[in-house]
Amino acid sequence: MSPAKRAAEVSGLYVRFVGDAEVLEHIVERREGAKVPKGSVQKLLALKEDQGPQECEGSVGEQDYLDALGTGATAGEEDGGGGGGGSSGPGGSAVFTFQTAKRSHKMAQMASEMARAPGRTVTFCSPGSPEAAGSPSRGSRGAAGETRTPPKVRPTGGRGRDVRSPAGESWASRLNSFLPQGRKVRFVSSTPHRLRKRLAAPNLRSESDSDLSPSHSEDEEDDDEEEREEKEELREAELTTPSKVAAAALYRTPAKKPKKGLEPSLVEEYFTAHASSKVTTSDRTLQKLQTPKLDQETLARLLDGKPSSYADEINQLNKEHEKFFSKWMLQLQLGFNVLLYGLGSKKPLLERFRTSRLLGVTHLVVNGFFPSITLKSILNSITVEVLEHQGSFRSPVEQMDFIMKSLRQDPSLQVYLVIHNIDGPMLRSEKTQQALGQLASLTNVHVLASIDHINAPLVWDQAKLSLFNWLWYETTTYLPYAEETSYENSLLVQQSGALALSSLTHVLRSLTPNARGIFRLLAEFQLESRDNPSYSGLSFQEFYQRCREAFLVNSDVTLRTQLTEFRDHKLIRTKKGADSVEYLLIPVDPATLTDFLEKEDAQ
Amino acid sequence: KIHDFHNLQINQFYLSHKCVHCSSASGHFVFFIIYATRSLIIQIHQFILQEDLNKKMLDGLLEFVKKSAASFWCRDDDWMSRMRASEIPTAALVLGVNMPDHTITFESMTELLHDSLTPFVASVQAKECTAMKQLMQKVLQRLMGTNVMVDEDECHLCMSVCVCHLQKSPVKSPRKRLSSSQSEFLQSPPVVVIFRDLEAFSPQVLQDFILVCSQYVHQLPLVFIFGIATSPSTIQRMLPHSVSSLLCIELFQSLSCTQHLATIIDKLFLTSKFHFKFSAKVLQVLVGIFLYHDFSVCNFIKGLQLSLLEHFHSQPLSVLCCHKQEALVHAQQLNDRDGCVMKSQTSLLHHPQGVCQKLLKSLHKYHKNFYPALRCLHVLTSILPKYPLGKQIRELYVLCLEKKVWETQEYDSAMQLIRMLAKDELVTCLQKCVEILTFCKSKKLKKVGEGSAENRPVPPSEGNTLEVDHHALLLHPFCVPAKYTLYASTIKCINHLHHPYSSFNYSFQTLLEMKECRRTRRKTPYEILRNAVVDYIDNLVKTHLYPPESQPLYEVWYYSSSGTVRRHLNATPRTSIQTALSHPYCYLQNEALKNDSGIISSAAPDICIIYKLHLECGRLINLYDWLEAYATVATAAEGKDPSAIEGGKVDELKHARFIRAVSELEFLGFVKSTKQKTDHVARLTWGGC
Repeated sequence: MSPAKRAAEVSGLYVRFVGDAEVLEHIVERREGAKVPKGSVQKLLALKEDQGPQECEGSVGEQDYLDALGTGATAGEEDGGGGGGGSSGPGGSAVFTFQTAKRSHKMAQMASEMARAPGRTVTFCSPGSPEAAGSPSRGSRGAAGETRTPPKVRPTGGRGRDVRSPAGESWASRLNSFLPQGRKVRFVSSTPHRLRKRLAAPNLRSESDSDLSPSHSEDEEDDDEEEREEKEELREAELTTPSKVAAAALYRTPAKKPKKGLEPSLVEEYFTAHASSKVTTSDRTLQKLQTPKLDQETLARLLDGKPSSYADEINQLNKEHEKFFSKWMLQLQLGFNVLLYGLGSKKPLLERFRTSRLLGVTHLVVNGFFPSITLKSILNSITVEVLEHQGSFRSPVEQMDFIMKSLRQDPSLQVYLVIHNIDGPMLRSEKTQQALGQLASLTNVHVLASIDHINAPLVWDQAKLSLFNWLWYETTTYLPYAEETSYENSLLVQQSGALALSSLTHVLRSLTPNARGIFRLLAEFQLESRDNPSYSGLSFQEFYQRCREAFLVNSDVTLRTQLTEFRDHKLIRTKKGADSVEYLLIPVDPATLTDFLEKEDAQ
Repeated sequence: KIHDFHNLQINQFYLSHKCVHCSSASGHFVFFIIYATRSLIIQIHQFILQEDLNKKMLDGLLEFVKKSAASFWCRDDDWMSRMRASEIPTAALVLGVNMPDHTITFESMTELLHDSLTPFVASVQAKECTAMKQLMQKVLQRLMGTNVMVDEDECHLCMSVCVCHLQKSPVKSPRKRLSSSQSEFLQSPPVVVIFRDLEAFSPQVLQDFILVCSQYVHQLPLVFIFGIATSPSTIQRMLPHSVSSLLCIELFQSLSCTQHLATIIDKLFLTSKFHFKFSAKVLQVLVGIFLYHDFSVCNFIKGLQLSLLEHFHSQPLSVLCCHKQEALVHAQQLNDRDGCVMKSQTSLLHHPQGVCQKLLKSLHKYHKNFYPALRCLHVLTSILPKYPLGKQIRELYVLCLEKKVWETQEYDSAMQLIRMLAKDELVTCLQKCVEILTFCKSKKLKKVGEGSAENRPVPPSEGNTLEVDHHALLLHPFCVPAKYTLYASTIKCINHLHHPYSSFNYSFQTLLEMKECRRTRRKTPYEILRNAVVDYIDNLVKTHLYPPESQPLYEVWYYSSSGTVRRHLNATPRTSIQTALSHPYCYLQNEALKNDSGIISSAAPDICIIYKLHLECGRLINLYDWLEAYATVATAAEGKDPSAIEGGKVDELKHARFIRAVSELEFLGFVKSTKQKTDHVARLTWGGC
């Protein structure tokens, strides 16, 4: 697909449902050797060019309305929303790229491609540039395949690495899989069966693999990895050895037709991809990193000084959003509630709104992303801080009733609720949302909230939506979610160590020496068996024996009391095994545990 | 109710007054006054409509409650009443699937019952009564709450209610006392229990409650009202026969929500009294949201309010969007003060300055003629087979708003079909048209209407000529019935031969043949008359149904930003996030990010790169590999050779950036940590659907 054509297509997209029969028709047609224009075969989505993007924006009739909804994003973006609406908004299908299952090495490939694609200085779209043609993606692969600059462009420094990692399974070597050397080896080793499959690949690929096309068959899923690489090989092979071209012709024999002709539905693909527990990712872990794990402070320190690469644009974007402030205020006062969505932290924006508009009035800020926020705490702050009521309540329901009653009685009291992340993990429950909705439906409570999770709108059903009476505003800010992700449970494993360690030491410092000894025993045992993958914990009986031997406890009752204490501090976890024996486990990774023991020893 | 809303609006108005005052220029204030009054009008209109629409159902309900209460007290000794005596009278209201909209209905119902019939109305919702105890408690609370006399018994009651389905006696005493005390001044007020959302109640609770209540049906005039969203068969599904046989159910059907919408559009938009209008696209978006998303009339009204607000906020000329006299005054002010505002409007390009008032008048006049003409056309086209111009008047309205309706193919075919209408059909239609035209306020059309009304009595069955010119034509042929039947039969014959109505595609062909027919023989007087009538209608359409865009100053009345409405009401947050991730150029206008093919350059923000890399993975993602891939890209972005990265050595800063980007993706819900494999995260999205 030429860039020009794509650009035209991008400006107005149509989503059309294509039935199985139609797809089959397309495939058969293609099979017969006719050159179908690229991207014309789509399984679920078919894109139709639409000249005027304005037409698309609010189209006619029921069918058109459905169409328009499908491309709603595109059209919506265009009429002057978001970031000022670039002339070429992306189509829905470009945004929702369909996943072709389990292509683990694709990431590396992608990375190398992106690395190759020149960053800031060179413009991609200059048609004459060989680089432009040579920067393939999921999108342009089909077309770019033929014109791609040969991998010779790749720096030769990579070869050294290739030598170091011989398996071909490792990431680094995958990065170099384009190298002629590696390719040849793999090509030779391939079996005839594979060859057949491989031969099937290129034509199918080159035609169907536009970025808009979700079509891929089971075959591709099975041996996708090889296929991908070998496809590249084959292309070159086709260029060099005529015998391969002849072999490729084999594929057009009707014998293969029925098998390939049946494309599984997207649903089936989903289940095939999720059915096998086999995961085809490499086994390397972060332990291999030479840099140690970063804790929260280091992370903050590292990221703090660094200015964002697009600070100007981001600033401008945020300035645009600030223009809405007076409008939000107006709409809040007229009984609507404002909901912000879009990529990037909206906390700074809401903060600015708060400081510029809400300083004189009663307002309450709720940090929904905070991991220990509860409905009770929100209601308490309303009753205590806003309504200045000192009594306590038996249940949240009663508290809600009280709040609703007192706010209804005093219409002059206007309360503004600023909720950062109303979709926060602790606020997602049905009851909490119901309560917040009831608050929002009061005429003198005005809610300004933000959502970030991609599935956030699922929190509300029709009834709650009518309570909230939202007006949605897209405020994409591209600001980092610094505060929102700074809590331990929102981070990935690599940083949890630091906090876990400090909490371990803190808790244990307050325990008796005996208790510390018991914990230490368990920790040591766990470290000893760290290499045993099937290790599920130390059984209670065995633990008791060991503790007795070390003179730490004198009865299992003492041990049990001790363990209960550990459990209350979340230091250990117990699990019932298959033989209904209790197994004890410290839910901390080995590295942290080693650190902990070292620290203990040092004391 | 309206009064409440009035207060509310005034209250809000003062607030906005304050807000506008501190925020912006003087002109806005004027807009605001108008906006506030306008939304007040909408609210009132809506409430009147609501009550009107449900009036029939509510009246029926009231009658039902009255009747059952009466039958409770004056029991006859006949077989029927003895049969009925042990049954609880129950009204099943089928209200449609949009539950949030029901709130208003139930509120007005409770109020109505309360005001006119009985102080004992308890309305319960499923979510507050998950168990028998709570249900009893709520019902009793609400029944007692209306009358404070049994305060001391309250706690005893609450205690005993827990076991009431076992003992059953304690419920009786206070209620009985209640009703007997009431009966002194109000003879036998029935006790009404309203179950707002029957489907959501637990069947067991409901069964128990009904069983308990049926024990007291002789002492208490109980009446149940079930609010049903789906279908009446729910009752049979929820209650076993033994329980449902204790109820004497009468069904009440509320107006369907589409009819409700049609009425609202009819009353608010198809009238020249209400000056705020939607453009075709906005109307389509709102109707689309209604039909394909929620069936909620309340949401439609919300959309209307939003557009009103947007209109007055963004369109400086909206100050003229009010009653004619006011508008003329405002126009004068505008002319004096800022003529440039006027000048900037596209529709005024070809008009000299200062003619604003004249144009405004013509705008009002245009609308006065537009709607009657539209209605006439709809009356005629809505009986045609296959509805070439739409079945609902809103479809025709959208069509007329969009373009010149007579230039469409559908219009041509409709006209041709009208030319084939049989006499009685045409006559009934024309009679309706005459009614519409007589009621309309436009002088010009009224004259037409009156003219035709005058004509009506002269020929026995026609109101069909609409102009005096046709007078002679009319009088002559139709007085002779014999002649007419002859021609009628020939038309019938043709119809029969060609089945012109059997298929729409077919009709063109038939029409051609009909024309052929006509050419060969003399036209019948009926045909001539019919043609004249159709020509007249056609003329009416062509003179009055110009699309509003053709009118100067149409911006004053019409709100046209459909995109805004949709973005605010029917947003797609996930698309927005995914667009921002995969096409950062849409938001950040930096040349480095610009490209055509949908790939991201290495210069994109970290999170975009991380997102793009993660798209290439399957169910699980190896963090180490991910990090390395990211480092490759990031190094390249810095202009260094990506291959220089040594295995396992990743710059600390890059590591930190990676961690943040991954945590952000986790926060957004694209990945989550998993225990399946060490240092792996699970992908949470599959494709895009």
